[in-house]
Amino acid sequence: MSVRLNQGRGQEWAMTVVVAALIVLLSILPMLRLIQEIFAPGGTLSTAAISSGLTNTTTWVATGNTLVVGFFGTALAVILGTSVALLVTLTDVRGRSAFVLCYVMPLMIAPQVTALAWLQLFGPASPLLKMLGIAPPLGSRNPLYSPEGIILLLGVQYGPLVFLLVRAGLRKLPRELVEAARASGAGWFTVLRTIVLPLMTPSVVAAAALAFVSCVGNFGIPAFLGIPANYLVLPTLIYQRLAGGGPAVLGDAAFLSVLIGLIAMAGILAQEMMSRRRDYRISSTSLAAEPYELGKWRVPVQVMMWCLIVLILILPLFGLLLSSLVPGYGIPLNAATATLDNYRFVLFEYGAARRAFLNSFVLSFSAAAFAVLVAIPVAYLVAWSGKKWVKYLNLAVELPYALPGVVLAIASLLMFLKPIPFTGVQIYNTVWIILYAYLARFLVLALRPTIAGYHQIDRALEEAARVAGASLFTRMRTIIFPLVAPAALAGGLLIFMTALSELTVSALLWSSGSETIGVLMFSFEQGGDSNYASAISAITVTITFVLMLLANQLAAHLPSGVLPWRD
Amino acid sequence: MAGLTINDVTKTFGDFDAVKDVSIDVRDGEFLAVLGPSGCGKTTLLRLVAGFENVTSGDIRIGNEVVSTAEGCVPPEKRRVGIVFQNYALWPHMTVAENIGYSLKVAKVDAETRKRRVEDAMALVDLTGFGDRRPANLSGGQRQRVALARCLVAAPSLVLFDEPLANLDVHLRAAMEDEFAAFHKRTGTTIVYITHDQAEAMALADRIAVMDNGRLAQLAAPRDLYREPANEMVASFISEGIVIPAQVLSPAEGGHIKVSVLGQEVVVRCRPDEAPRAGAKICCRAPEISAATSSEPGIDGTVRRAVYKGGVARIELAPDADPSVLLHFEQPDPNPFEAGARARVRIASGWLIPGAAA
Repeated sequence: MSVRLNQGRGQEWAMTVVVAALIVLLSILPMLRLIQEIFAPGGTLSTAAISSGLTNTTTWVATGNTLVVGFFGTALAVILGTSVALLVTLTDVRGRSAFVLCYVMPLMIAPQVTALAWLQLFGPASPLLKMLGIAPPLGSRNPLYSPEGIILLLGVQYGPLVFLLVRAGLRKLPRELVEAARASGAGWFTVLRTIVLPLMTPSVVAAAALAFVSCVGNFGIPAFLGIPANYLVLPTLIYQRLAGGGPAVLGDAAFLSVLIGLIAMAGILAQEMMSRRRDYRISSTSLAAEPYELGKWRVPVQVMMWCLIVLILILPLFGLLLSSLVPGYGIPLNAATATLDNYRFVLFEYGAARRAFLNSFVLSFSAAAFAVLVAIPVAYLVAWSGKKWVKYLNLAVELPYALPGVVLAIASLLMFLKPIPFTGVQIYNTVWIILYAYLARFLVLALRPTIAGYHQIDRALEEAARVAGASLFTRMRTIIFPLVAPAALAGGLLIFMTALSELTVSALLWSSGSETIGVLMFSFEQGGDSNYASAISAITVTITFVLMLLANQLAAHLPSGVLPWRD
Repeated sequence: MAGLTINDVTKTFGDFDAVKDVSIDVRDGEFLAVLGPSGCGKTTLLRLVAGFENVTSGDIRIGNEVVSTAEGCVPPEKRRVGIVFQNYALWPHMTVAENIGYSLKVAKVDAETRKRRVEDAMALVDLTGFGDRRPANLSGGQRQRVALARCLVAAPSLVLFDEPLANLDVHLRAAMEDEFAAFHKRTGTTIVYITHDQAEAMALADRIAVMDNGRLAQLAAPRDLYREPANEMVASFISEGIVIPAQVLSPAEGGHIKVSVLGQEVVVRCRPDEAPRAGAKICCRAPEISAATSSEPGIDGTVRRAVYKGGVARIELAPDADPSVLLHFEQPDPNPFEAGARARVRIASGWLIPGAAA
């Protein structure tokens, strides 16, 4: 018998083991640690954490609030997103790409920036309202400091999320189904009601579930709008508890974060159950349906759609920009008072701000670079290995992103509160714990496009390299990396953009010296320095926009759907 | 160069036998075609030989080395086989020369030697001067030739072709067939050529292995496959053979035997050891059937279909004796037969399909 049998499997083993170890470390360990804290704090089984959490009225009030804003925020997002998707996909409105770019933009902007922008727009100090002379008197309450405000902004923030999923579903709708209905004598609205919408149920339901999870897990919007009104949802309650009590209340926080995790999972399960009830599979694949001709309605509909953009994107950003130019709270803005002092202060004068920019840049860049490097081998296993357990691997990577950010933040705190075993290294209260959480949370953002990239490559390309004698690592380097790099890099860019002004995770994990841009914005706003917060926000929005344009350069080499704002 | 021995190989996916008890011995320098309808297991067989899949039982040897057994296998990168893929599988991010030189680079051949060998390989497939092009800028035939050169340059012991002509248009196919034949002649490489196109297999191969449902149905030279199919599947698969129940009337004599087919007595070819038996079947082909006049003896039936093919018409006849058998033959112009008409045909010859035990 030959001695060469089973040779050369070493690299495959090494890669699988490293990938599995990383995923255990980033996804599975923190979740297990969180569950342990609830059922067995300190290593002994106890229901104390659960019962103390369950008997606390604040818990129930916050849970109720979470459900209210989650439910209505989702409803608003679904109505907005689905209507826009129907109009953009099925009718002959013009200027589609530009509209999609603008409509999806809020998704690329951090929620707290959205919140800040809207606050600047409607508050008594609003430079815009002051210019128009319709500002409420100083000292009066901003109407957005309310549950309705939170719901409105959640709907604006996550409408695009619904839009993207429903639009993807509509694009798969075969034209024959629509044409058959029209040939049977159905008018456009009848077709919409009896054919299109029923077939879109799975997309809409999936989108609703995702929007729900995002709404209940959102921290930025209820933090900026709810805390001043003392309207607490679970993520903000956790933040307040930790801010007030420190590590001593971690057990409490763990309970709350599992509660919010359960609510999010309930949303996902409800979607699973609803989509199982009927078979909506669409069998044929064909061209998309001919767009419906709006005729004389085209111009009014276009005007309406752009009014929506003005309302949800341009006005708030404009408000943000104006606020960042105002020298102080409540001072009206005109040519004489406009100033760049706010920018100069946050960029050059305030030490913590410089640190925050540096931290956020380094953190986002490291998280993005790491995710790209890890996503390529992980996606290789997920897309090509064909092994059954790989499905769970993928699921494990999805988990830290699917669950609300506070869940992961609390889990990371629990894991690293004490020094890392065997090494004695303490990463709690350093920037490293934030990096860990970013790596765990955002890995999936690079993984998804990379998997899509693999599915576009003919596997024969790798097999050809194999028979040419190339080992796994050589193939990875010379064949696979060059081919999936654009998709993975686009994923990396998405991570960089998301992490740059991230708040949810860093609000719970930061310490003096490891501030992030998001934390800085939050503390300026809480301290009443909205102008500084606006200046920082304006800078991050600009960076985001530049990065989006940069990513567009990659678009020709990418699987469709990787860049959400590309039509 | 090396021979290939596939010894009693079975490959099971779940509870499905993709390849079952297949044994094939490919001689050093032989051109073997593996032919079969889609889903017959021929692609799995190729992947087993290449090492992308491992055998469930049996073993595979290349030259003198065992490369696959149920216990383990030599991975593809260590087998020194070349593959020409159906869709070429050229790396889009490399130039033609980089594609061809890849295996040498991986083997750390020095740049000077590499350059020379790549040039040689390109000259061999008539691509001199194309080294700096990208695969995207080549025609289908040129890509195919790059794929050939790429597998040639490593001097593999065995070259596998995976339906290499399936993606080309008809005109190019004939040209590429010539190219493959020339390639084989020039290099003397052992070739295993997977295809579902019998004309291709017949034109190129020294021997053809016909596969059916994961099993080897017959392994024979093209002419033997056509004239002496070993079983019903091969008989009907190759060149649309017609399988007709027959009664054997006498023992074989000098390779021929007398049978009764659809009420007519016919002398057909057979194996030398045939004797009268029940349930026999013969295979005959369109050229062995022709129209007979009403005064001649023949088989009467009704014309089911008459399709004009240009110069000839293909006539399908349901004989009265057994309407479930469709006899088809070609009738030169002018064609007197219409669908529904009565006709009489004569079977000139055929082949007695060996019994299952034979």
